[in-house]
Amino acid sequence: MTSQVSVYDTAAAYTADEMMTVSAARALRDGMTCFVGIGLPSSAANLARATHAPSLVLIYESGTIGAKPAQLPLSIGDGMLAETADAVVSVPEIFNYWLQPGRIDVGFLGAAQIDKFGNINTTVIGGDYRNPKVRLPGAGGAPEIAASCREVIVVVRQSHRSFVERVDFVTSVGYGSGPGDRERLGLTGAGPKKIITDLGVLEPDPETFEFTLTGLYPGASVSAAKERTGWDLAIAADPEIIAAPTPAELDALRSYKHGPASGGRARSHH
Amino acid sequence: MAEIVSLAEAVERAIHDGDAVAMEGFTHLIPFAAGHEVIRQRRRDLTLIRMTPDLIYDQLIGAGCASKLIFSWGGNPGVGSLHRFRDAVEHSWPVPLEIEEHSHAGMANRYVAGASGLPFAVLRGYNGTGLETLNDGHGSVPTTEAPTIKPITCPFTGETLTAVSAIRPDVAVIHAQRADRSGNVQLWGITGVQKEAVLASARSVVTVEEIVDELDPRPGAVVLPGWTVSFVARAPGGAHPSYALGYSARDNDYYVAWDAIARERGTFTRWLEDNVYGVPAGQL
Repeated sequence: MTSQVSVYDTAAAYTADEMMTVSAARALRDGMTCFVGIGLPSSAANLARATHAPSLVLIYESGTIGAKPAQLPLSIGDGMLAETADAVVSVPEIFNYWLQPGRIDVGFLGAAQIDKFGNINTTVIGGDYRNPKVRLPGAGGAPEIAASCREVIVVVRQSHRSFVERVDFVTSVGYGSGPGDRERLGLTGAGPKKIITDLGVLEPDPETFEFTLTGLYPGASVSAAKERTGWDLAIAADPEIIAAPTPAELDALRSYKHGPASGGRARSHH
Repeated sequence: MAEIVSLAEAVERAIHDGDAVAMEGFTHLIPFAAGHEVIRQRRRDLTLIRMTPDLIYDQLIGAGCASKLIFSWGGNPGVGSLHRFRDAVEHSWPVPLEIEEHSHAGMANRYVAGASGLPFAVLRGYNGTGLETLNDGHGSVPTTEAPTIKPITCPFTGETLTAVSAIRPDVAVIHAQRADRSGNVQLWGITGVQKEAVLASARSVVTVEEIVDELDPRPGAVVLPGWTVSFVARAPGGAHPSYALGYSARDNDYYVAWDAIARERGTFTRWLEDNVYGVPAGQL
């Protein structure tokens, strides 16, 4: 990570990642159903549940529906997800009965690479498929989350390398090549509505579906956003300045992250 | 009816060189002890099938047991890369590894088809993704000789949906909380795709935390009657560093520590000597 905090006021009492997570959490409304990817999306969804959205329904691809973890889980299958869930179902069931019919309001995804139409790559970067420069973990549940949730929010750190004109491999479809593609492909959900980064928020242009900068965090600049984007980033007429994290949001986020599942050394080996 | 045998005997009799083997368990109940026994018995040329290869297949791949991997998410959950998997794909170490990759929904439905005795399953999925192109048999970079994803027209509505071919492994290997003395198996918590994997496979090995006189009911439990299972072997702690709900907690520290062990061939080889080859079956 290249000096994330440098774009901010030096007096800022929070990191760029914290601002991003808080911003992503605010995008979730109370009572929504949310299919959660691991990593940044899971941090944000759990923060939302701990603050303004106590009735947010967290659904993980391990089959845990309505999980209420007290600490941030390391994996999508940690025991506390099953122990606190309203229902635990099999993996075929979570995808076929719960995700596929379009019951779930929002899919919350991460990305290794994303393009101006919100297509996501988590498979291979560079070279060709057989001889990639970087072999990433692959698809997991993301392709069907991107296809079938009523809408999708992507949480990803912004960089020139990760924000590209066209992804090297389409793991999960956003708007394909532009307007009309989701309908042509028969994808039932509306697609990605927001990309939330460590600089601000991008939303699709209503006409072209190209992601456009519509919000900036305090201290982040349009020029930094352009610099960290691999396409000619369009800027909304009057980008919103997004409020800094409140002390309550920061407290909740930090107490969650510093729990027993954060990868720390303080745990027993049962 | 399932035979209750030692883990070494179960692996010896059920798993052979060249077999297609599905060791399932979605984060929970991953059959590590059985995986280590397969490494110890030096099985070769296996086709390993698993939605999330996880540390268990990183270990089998690094030990040279596999020539092909069929999977849908190959990372160390919450930590990063599977370095042995990447080394095999990127540098053919210790042996070349062919890969066939899917989405979770695609893999889950392929197991459902296998368990159902059908040649394929239907889902809404893959449309517009690179995965479809890789697996439709005529993409620019087909990874398999036979296609596993094809469009299909609904005979009732005319809609175009996606067909995925069945997975029918030679052997399924799972870990469960308990079995009774007749070999009936009971598992609960996150039960993943284990029932489908066992029913899709020609043979199966189930390791359990304990063998009990009677399986009293547990909420949400899956029961596999003994006549659907080939071998049951007692292997307490056999899911570590994953976990068995009610018996153990996921060892998240181990998953974090694995990153450094697996990163270099040397540290991995030493780990293998000290923790697998040097340990007799049943003493993990």
